[in-house]
Amino acid sequence: MLEHYLSLFVKAVFVENILLAFFLGMCSFLAVSKKVETAVGLGTAVTFVLVITAPMNWLIHEYILKEGALSWLSFISEDFEKLDLSFLNFITFIATIAAMVQLVEMVIDKFSPRLYAALGIFLPLIAVNCAILGACLFMVEREYTLGEATVFGAGAGLGWFLAIVAMASIRMKIRYSNVPSGLKGLGLTMLITGLMSMAFMLFSGIQL
Amino acid sequence: MKFIQNYLDKYREKFEKGGPMEKWAPVFEMTDTILFWTNSRTTSGPHVRDSLDLKRFMMMVIVALLPATLFGIYNIGYQYYEALGMQATIWQMFWYGLIKFLPIIIVSYAVGGFWEVLFAIIRKHEVNEGFLVTGILFPLVLPPTIPLWQVAVAISFGVVIGKEVFGGTGMNILNPALTARAFVFFAYPGKISGDKVWVAIDAAKDKVVDAFSGATPLLVASNSQAGSSAVNHLAEYQFSFMDMFYGFVPGSIGETSTLAILIGAAILILTRVGNWKIMFSVVLGGYLTALLMTFAGGANAGGMFTLPAHYHLVMGGFAFGTVFMATDPVSASQTEKVKWIYGFLIGVLAILVRVVNPAYPEGMMLAILFMNIFAPLIDYYVIKGHIRRRLSRA
Repeated sequence: MLEHYLSLFVKAVFVENILLAFFLGMCSFLAVSKKVETAVGLGTAVTFVLVITAPMNWLIHEYILKEGALSWLSFISEDFEKLDLSFLNFITFIATIAAMVQLVEMVIDKFSPRLYAALGIFLPLIAVNCAILGACLFMVEREYTLGEATVFGAGAGLGWFLAIVAMASIRMKIRYSNVPSGLKGLGLTMLITGLMSMAFMLFSGIQL
Repeated sequence: MKFIQNYLDKYREKFEKGGPMEKWAPVFEMTDTILFWTNSRTTSGPHVRDSLDLKRFMMMVIVALLPATLFGIYNIGYQYYEALGMQATIWQMFWYGLIKFLPIIIVSYAVGGFWEVLFAIIRKHEVNEGFLVTGILFPLVLPPTIPLWQVAVAISFGVVIGKEVFGGTGMNILNPALTARAFVFFAYPGKISGDKVWVAIDAAKDKVVDAFSGATPLLVASNSQAGSSAVNHLAEYQFSFMDMFYGFVPGSIGETSTLAILIGAAILILTRVGNWKIMFSVVLGGYLTALLMTFAGGANAGGMFTLPAHYHLVMGGFAFGTVFMATDPVSASQTEKVKWIYGFLIGVLAILVRVVNPAYPEGMMLAILFMNIFAPLIDYYVIKGHIRRRLSRA
């Protein structure tokens, strides 16, 4: 059992890295990767939100939204057994994520005002970070159990964390490079992302 | 040589600032300094005045590559005559290899050089010698049957995306030659993997002997069945340990001979051009991982799990990558302490991918690229720890 969780975790971090294999969560990845410290802060925040929201959304999906999920209400009316609310998946997931992000925001503001200032607008924007919604939707699509969903959330978050921190260190290394003027900033960052995901192909194909 | 010197001197002023050919100054400078000595001196600052500039530094790498290159050329011919079951003298083999290898290296240098010079002219910097190394490293990690247009496309990608967009020599984050190879590996996998590409047999396909397979030792070893040992499977294909050490096996042009690569390694270490710490720790990491894998596999495991650890070191691109790719001073880690970690992890990852990833028989190329990506991060934390220690001491 433990082995299964471990392989799922490794798969989520390296083999199917949410950023470098699926290119989810690119906007904050490109914008907040200038410095390692802020990248670590944002990466931690994203990982934290993912670990909490993945199981939370799993519960919501399993017991409220899925087709027939409301059968536990069948003592009220037989109709609940046929009810399919999965068209509400997106909006409910987003609402859960947004609520979670609010909480994280308050915590960071309280304990590390400097990080709060450095992250700026990108902290509330985690709410619409596609990596998080993406992970929640993958979890539904792949029919994970509650435990699997939590492990997958943690793995996806850590994978995202690793990618953004590596990117930040690369960008700090090339800070003073004589980059062609047309490519300065985001242009080169996009190219580096591509090269990074090529290197991450190292793990693709590993069967776990 | 005197008349060339005179000829260059005659036209020198035309290329200087304000002259009619000012735009082409990088081309002139390149020709001049390759043939002769540079005229410019360090004018200010406490620089070490040593004759080892970037150009000589890179030339040492090319000298170190010579044994592997010459053996690679010979081995192309050796594999050809072996496949046909024909007797041939060493010169015939060498000549056949030369015919196969020269076009590849010419295309690599010409196309790569074109981009290098174009960027130098437009961006007004000098043509850097780093390219001379990239231009020969790249053909050496290709199979001898690679189509020339793919060489051209890949070296363009390697030079432009791998290096020039970052600002040229010394500023790239990935090894340009490996970037080019990874590009061609993922873009045209049919021409750089499998068992059909490693021996150049041309039109003589119907004449090959029955025993001929064309697969590389790594491919053979990874195809061995569960319950049987990889060494026995290798022996069925006539691959002994010493064969693989000397290099008489199919494979990429320059990678097969561990012996020739060791000579190159000795040159690099003696001239201190290559970093011995990286080489040593790659070998250490690879060897330990391979040992661990043979234990982890257990009694009834098959395939790569049964391959003894020392076999890993002489097979595939492990030696070549260790000596010439991982030690690239630009894309490797910058601090001495991290070089140990960097090298060790390359070894670990390369062997790990060989053994557990069924998608690739060889993991050296992507393992080095992967560690190129993470080297700056480890550097950053080591430097930061260093600063913190210094501060606490003050």
